[in-house]
Amino acid sequence: MEATITEAQLEKEFQQKIDSGIVIEPKDWMPERYRKQLIRMMSQHAHSEVVGMLPEGNWITRAPSLDRKAILLAKVQDEAGHGLYIYSATETLGIDRAEMMEQLHTGKAKYSSIFNYPTQNWADIGAIGWLVDGAAIINQTALAKCSYGPYSRAMIRICKEENFHNKQGYQILAYLMRGTKEQQEMAQDAMNRWWWPSLMMFGPSDANSPNSAELMRWKVKLHSNDDLRQRFIDRTVPQAEAIGLTIPDDKLRWNPDTRHYDWGEINWDEFYAVISGNGPCNHERMSARVGAHEKGRWVREAAAAYAQKHLN
Amino acid sequence: MKESNEALFRYCLRIGDTSLILGHRVSEWCGHAPILEEDIAMANIALDLIGQTKIILNYAGELEGEGRTGDDLAYRRDARDFYNLLMVEQPNGDFAVTMMRQYLVSSYMFLLYSKLRNSTDKTISAFAEKSLKEVAYHVRYSGDWVVRLGDGTEESHQKAQSALDQLWFFVDDMFDADETDMLMFEKGIGADIKSLRIDWNNMIEPKIKEAKLVIPEANNFMRMGSRSGNHTEHLGYILAEMQFLPRAYPDATW
Repeated sequence: MEATITEAQLEKEFQQKIDSGIVIEPKDWMPERYRKQLIRMMSQHAHSEVVGMLPEGNWITRAPSLDRKAILLAKVQDEAGHGLYIYSATETLGIDRAEMMEQLHTGKAKYSSIFNYPTQNWADIGAIGWLVDGAAIINQTALAKCSYGPYSRAMIRICKEENFHNKQGYQILAYLMRGTKEQQEMAQDAMNRWWWPSLMMFGPSDANSPNSAELMRWKVKLHSNDDLRQRFIDRTVPQAEAIGLTIPDDKLRWNPDTRHYDWGEINWDEFYAVISGNGPCNHERMSARVGAHEKGRWVREAAAAYAQKHLN
Repeated sequence: MKESNEALFRYCLRIGDTSLILGHRVSEWCGHAPILEEDIAMANIALDLIGQTKIILNYAGELEGEGRTGDDLAYRRDARDFYNLLMVEQPNGDFAVTMMRQYLVSSYMFLLYSKLRNSTDKTISAFAEKSLKEVAYHVRYSGDWVVRLGDGTEESHQKAQSALDQLWFFVDDMFDADETDMLMFEKGIGADIKSLRIDWNNMIEPKIKEAKLVIPEANNFMRMGSRSGNHTEHLGYILAEMQFLPRAYPDATW
């Protein structure tokens, strides 16, 4: 009985800290469920960075100029760095990277559904930078103020780089829209394919988001999925118009009363199909990750053996 | 083009094409490396190499004086007009092949750029000065892996030895000096390839020994030809992939 009371007291004090805006650090007491939820969210975030290297990495060898190639390389390298950074931040919660990788490879842990779509033309690289990283920035700017210190600090740093990614993606598309008819078609085709999946990145509608209430109470989440999605739409529509891209939503229009854009309906069947493993590229992405891990096993073993031999 | 410019133009293509094709190969790993840290390191190396390519191919375009940019040179030449070392176009193979190839070539670049730092051509010497810092890291990184793999497990040792054996066919090609090399050396622009070979042997031998690997016999078959644009079959595929967009949409800018 006494332990239960203590636990309840601790939890009360924890909530008071959260409510008064005190940041939680790794060595502070935290409810087991807070720890688990953060591990789930942060590892999913780290996995998304790493799996996200694949669709973009797909175009590095075909980037159409030396500058574009260098920029894309730097960008994908940043994503790997973000993955590493967030894995390390997650390790402060008492799980190691090997276990997180195992969870990814066995399908226990998820990653962002957006990376299960294929990059079919060069404009897709622009669309990923502009739309996908744009959506990520909206999410991450909110997470930068979350209650867990290591996650919040990681987000502050990562957002700076994501802003650069966002600009380079938009610039790719702006160039294409100023270019030949074929280039303009390429850009519009990418817009058509990436718009709705980008909106899905914010997750289920609030009514169907099982974790939201708890996460908001703990200030892990500060805004609802729908609020963040609307923020993204409001920010992105004028950018599309500025370079002549059409957003594939015939219900989209400015609402002067709400001062937001009204828009259509997400195909939630598609969203749930993709997160449950049946998106266009789920199999390719997972087999690429698992394949790299398996093919690299002898390399990791060699490094460990060498380190063991030369311990002194 | 003046005769001396023509030789320098070709000399720049050799350096730039070698960086470009090696950068391309290394970038093929992106997202597929054995460890996340290696993914970051290899993307970094590829990025350095593409950066070096830009400087030197843009300069080659200026020297030629016909309005071609570095991009034109990278994306609009066919294989027979490429002068990269044969070693760098070889497929990535496993991680041991990639690290061994990087070590052998980065060591070559390190020694070459150390000499080119004193080039009488100011662009070449500035290029060498800048690149040397980057290449020194590539040597250290790949050299560390050569040692870890060679002196790791039995399996990694075999893979590392096999990598060295198969890449060794392309070593003489690196030092196959022709009249362009001679001319550039005489003018104080380029490096003395003969002494480069000696320095290179002295540089790599202790590392290969530390990795518990054996350098193949000297009298083995050697594949040559990069100085005259004679390549292995691999380069054509690299170019087909790399040049696809500018070739498919010749009027477009990106």
